[in-house]
Amino acid sequence: MAIPKICGIETEYGIAVREAADFNPILTSSLLINAYAKPAFKRVKWDYEEENPLRDARGFERPAAEPSAEDDSGLVNVILPNGSRYYVDHAHPEYSSPECLDARSVVIWDKAGERILEASIHAAQAIVAEGERVFIYKNNSDGKGNSYGCHENYLVSRQVPFPQLVKHLTPFFVSRQVFTGSGKVGAENGAETVDYQISQRADFFEVEVGLETTFKRPIINTRDEPHADPERYRRLHVIVGDANMAELSTYLKVGTTSLLLKMIEDDFINDDFSLAEPVRSMRTVSHDPTCRAVVELAEGRSITAIDLQWEYLRLAKKYAQDNDSSSVDEDVLLQWESVLEGLEADPMSLATKLDWVAKLHLLEAYRDRDDLPWDHSKLKMIDLQYHDVRRDKGLYYKLVSSGKIDRLVRDEEIDYAVDHPPEDTRAYFRGECLRRFSPKIVAASWDALIFDTGDEPLRKVPTMEPTRGTKAHVQDLLDRSPDASTLLQNLSA
Amino acid sequence: MADQTRKGKPKKDEEEVKAEETTKAESSTSDIDELLDEIDEVLETNSEEFVRSYVQKGGQ
Repeated sequence: MAIPKICGIETEYGIAVREAADFNPILTSSLLINAYAKPAFKRVKWDYEEENPLRDARGFERPAAEPSAEDDSGLVNVILPNGSRYYVDHAHPEYSSPECLDARSVVIWDKAGERILEASIHAAQAIVAEGERVFIYKNNSDGKGNSYGCHENYLVSRQVPFPQLVKHLTPFFVSRQVFTGSGKVGAENGAETVDYQISQRADFFEVEVGLETTFKRPIINTRDEPHADPERYRRLHVIVGDANMAELSTYLKVGTTSLLLKMIEDDFINDDFSLAEPVRSMRTVSHDPTCRAVVELAEGRSITAIDLQWEYLRLAKKYAQDNDSSSVDEDVLLQWESVLEGLEADPMSLATKLDWVAKLHLLEAYRDRDDLPWDHSKLKMIDLQYHDVRRDKGLYYKLVSSGKIDRLVRDEEIDYAVDHPPEDTRAYFRGECLRRFSPKIVAASWDALIFDTGDEPLRKVPTMEPTRGTKAHVQDLLDRSPDASTLLQNLSA
Repeated sequence: MADQTRKGKPKKDEEEVKAEETTKAESSTSDIDELLDEIDEVLETNSEEFVRSYVQKGGQ
């Protein structure tokens, strides 16, 4: 029986300042986060002890020849009361959502991240020099060969052999682009020229499997940093996805991948859909908005991305029948099927549902009205501004407010998630401790909280089990603990 | 299936259907025009310079 697919999304946001005399993305990212975070949360340090981005899932560790590019420990780094991490990473503001139990929660806490960035812009705007304007984009490319990531993380049993993950996930990731893509005008990074493509990220994948995230990007990333009990768990670090604005794109991205991971964990898949050329196939799928292009399987058969997805859906439906499945899983299966039907009939029929189609629909309308060629800067501007997180400026939000995008979750749920953790993972314990006891917490991370109550040495409370620390587990404990000292006493009792 | 569910309903004559389709097309066109006008108001001006200067180094 597969373990719960606890998951979360980390997003590096694009950042720009207009009318600035001298723009430094690291300084502006720091300013943004500092302007947003309340002092009580800013003084809690991030605990780096368990971090090791050089550990490889294939079973070895890369020697650190020089200071790691990941070593940003001196930069701004806060833990928010919703259990998320908000920090400066690689010259971008990054929001790592708290751990969520299912795809619907991921949508809510991922959207909460957009609201946090939006609020940060407003807070920062009061601090920057007069006339300067701060812009934040939830996308993955500057259109000039530079990409920044939106990574999904899934809890996977350590017992699953890594090669099994590689075998089944690679064709799945290549083909899921037809609903996870956020759409992009043009191509880059040496890819063949194209007017418009399905994915922001596809042009940047150069190898099949690897540890890197900033160059020679692999379809399957091997970073082995579980942020949990390493004997029991892996954290699958998926770097191949696009940052999505459309709720259904995020929902299906996480929901279908979680289902696939459960099937792999239960050794349910006998089929072998290995691709002859995965890296090239990434681009083939992304570069064809008609979704009719075929890719070649290793066994020799040619197949469209949609038909590959039908295969996975067929398996997932059977799996759901044979196993207990949650209401979210059931709903994911229905939406998945409906989207595949839509893509098959006419991709443009999904203009209210999927990012890449909504954006293409908008661009085509502009091209029709103004007779614009595909390389016109106005179309590139629309492509970029689709991802602006401000609800009064972002074009995705313009589509939402004019009723042209279907929603999955309610605004009240998102607003609540800005300041509150999910209740069904360990994020609840982290978020609630920060909300209640932050003056007594010196440091925190995904897998620990470190308390300084003043009356005993620093106390580390490990949270190595992502499924524990839920509201059901700890609400009573927290309610019985009016202060941090009592909490620690109660924990020891 | 589709035919069966349709059986009970009186068939619309072709002209009626055509007229409906035209109205639908027109309303969605004006709908889109309205949206584009709205977007014109928020779209960053000087798009060429804006897009050119948007450079993001050092991402994952």
